[in-house]
Amino acid sequence: MKRILVGIKRVVDYNVRVRPRPDGNGVATEGAKMSINPFDEIALEEALRIKERGEADEVVVASIGVADAQAQLRTALAMGADRAVLVQTDAHVQPLDAARIFLALAQREQPFIVMMGKQAIDDDANQTGQMLAALWDRPQATFASKVELSGDVARVTREVDAGLETLEIDLPAVVTVDLRLNEPRYVKLPDIMKAKKKPLETLAPADLGVTPRPRVKALRFEAPPVRQKGVVVKDVAELVEQLKQRGLV
Amino acid sequence: MSQILIVAEHDGRQLNPSTAKCVACAAGISGAAVTVAVLGQNIGAIAQAAAQLAGVARVWTVDDAANAQPLATVLAPQLAALARKEAFTHVFGPSTTFGKDLMPRVAALLDVPQVSDIMAVEAPKVFRRPIYAGNVIITIDVSEEPLVVGTVRTASFDTAANGGSAAVEAVSLDVVLPAYVRFVALVSAGSDRPDLQTARRVVSGGRALGSEEQFKLVYDFADSIGAAVGASRAAVDSGYAPNELQVGQTGKIIAPDLYIALGISGAIQHMTGIKDAKTIVAINKDADAPIFESADLGLVGDLFAIVPELKARLAAG
Repeated sequence: MKRILVGIKRVVDYNVRVRPRPDGNGVATEGAKMSINPFDEIALEEALRIKERGEADEVVVASIGVADAQAQLRTALAMGADRAVLVQTDAHVQPLDAARIFLALAQREQPFIVMMGKQAIDDDANQTGQMLAALWDRPQATFASKVELSGDVARVTREVDAGLETLEIDLPAVVTVDLRLNEPRYVKLPDIMKAKKKPLETLAPADLGVTPRPRVKALRFEAPPVRQKGVVVKDVAELVEQLKQRGLV
Repeated sequence: MSQILIVAEHDGRQLNPSTAKCVACAAGISGAAVTVAVLGQNIGAIAQAAAQLAGVARVWTVDDAANAQPLATVLAPQLAALARKEAFTHVFGPSTTFGKDLMPRVAALLDVPQVSDIMAVEAPKVFRRPIYAGNVIITIDVSEEPLVVGTVRTASFDTAANGGSAAVEAVSLDVVLPAYVRFVALVSAGSDRPDLQTARRVVSGGRALGSEEQFKLVYDFADSIGAAVGASRAAVDSGYAPNELQVGQTGKIIAPDLYIALGISGAIQHMTGIKDAKTIVAINKDADAPIFESADLGLVGDLFAIVPELKARLAAG
C-alpha cells in the first residue's frame, strides 16, 4: 500500500485580520472563521493528484489540535482524502512536539511521502516539516513548487531565494509545499455528504508516546507599530519634488 | 555570557549579506562571543570575509566536497556537531530560504526549540518576532533553555560593519553524512541589477502590469534609478516575474531606503515584506487601494502614463 500522509492544521482563516487581545495575553480569535492552513490545503491537493495519477493508493490526513479540528479534517476528506486521524489535545503544541507526533504517525502509517505546508499562517514558524525529517532521519524537500515521482525517488523543485532549485530525494521523505505548487480544488456538496462516512480516528498525544511541553513561553502579544499615512500627491511633478526634498533621488 | 554560533550563508563564491545581519543581531545580546561557521568547499575567501565582520571572535571552517551545495540534510548534522563542541547558548542562521530550510533540522537534531524570524532582542533569551503575517508581534522567552536555535529576520537588523580580524580555524568533524538527497540544478534568472534583499532602492510591480511583456516597464524604470526589482505575489503567480522576485510574507522581507510599488494593491501579506522600508511610494489607479494607507507618498493614476514621465523627470534632474 503506497500511502501519503498529509498534515492539516486548523488556523484562523486567511481573510480574517487578527489582532492581539487588549490585555496583551493572546490573540483575539474568538468567533473567527477557522480553515485549513492554506499551505496544507496545497499539500493535500498534491497528494490527491499523485493518487489520481495512480502513483499512490491512499491519502491519510492528520491534524493535531482541539476537538473542533474535526471540521477541517472533514473538509479534507471531502476534498478526497481516504481517512483522517485527529491527535486531539487542548495543549499548545509547538513545532518540535508536532514533529514528534508526526514521527509517531509516520512510524504507524508507513507513508512513502509526508506532505505539509511550508508554514502555518498563524505562528508562521516554518519548522515542523524540517524537524520531522530530522527526527525520522529522512530527506526533506522544503518550499516545493513541483513534485515528480519515479519509483523510489522524487524530483522536487524548490522555490529558493536564488531561483528554482531541483533536488533528487530518496523516498520515504518529507515534502513541504509552497504556494505555486497547485491550486486546490473546490469541495462539491455530494463530496461533503460522502466525507461524513469516511473514517476519522481520534487519538491522544499519549497514545503516540508524546506529552506536549511548550518550551517557548509567550510573554506578550502586541500590535505592530502602525505606519503613518503619508501624503497623496497630485501629479508626477509633485512626486519628484517630494522625492528630492526627502533626499531620495 | 552568551556563546553564539552563526552559520554563514554563501553561494560558494561570496558571503551572503544575511550573515552580517545575523552577526548584528548576535552583537545585540550582552556579553556575546560570536563564532561564525562556514561550511562549504574551497571557502577560504568566504571565511576571510566572515572574519572581517566586526563582532566576530572566531571563524570555523568545515571544508568538504560534500558541502559544495547547501543541502540541509548534509549541513544539519555538521552544524549540530559544531554546536555540541562547546557550551553554546544560541545557534543562529538567517531567515532566508537557506536558514529556514536548515535551522529547524538542526534544532531537532539538538532537541532544542527554535525561535523563527527574530526581529528584536530584549534579553539574551527573550526575543520579539512577527506572527499572523506581521499582524501581531509576540515576545517570547526561552530563558529556561540552555541552548536555543534562532533564525534572524534580516530586514530588522543593520549590517555588521567590517573591521574585525577574527582567527580562522579549520575544523574536522567525524559525522556520518546522509546521501539520500542529491543536488540536481539551480535555475536563476540572474541579472546585473542590485540584489533585492540588500538594495537601497527597490521598484516592485504588481498585477496591474498585466503581462510579462509589460512588466519590462518595471525593469526599465528600476534600471534608470539603479534599483533592484521586486514583484507582488499576484504578479509572480500570473507569470509576469520569476519567483525569486516575490516580496512579502512568503517571499522576501526587505528594508530598502526607497520602495516604489507600481500597481500593487497592498495586501497585508505584501506589506509585511516591506514594513521596514524607510520610504514607500505607491502608484496605483485605484484610489481605495490599501497600499495608500501605509505609503509615505502616493500618486493615483495610470502607471503606464506615470512611470515614463517619472523616469524622464528624474533623468532631467
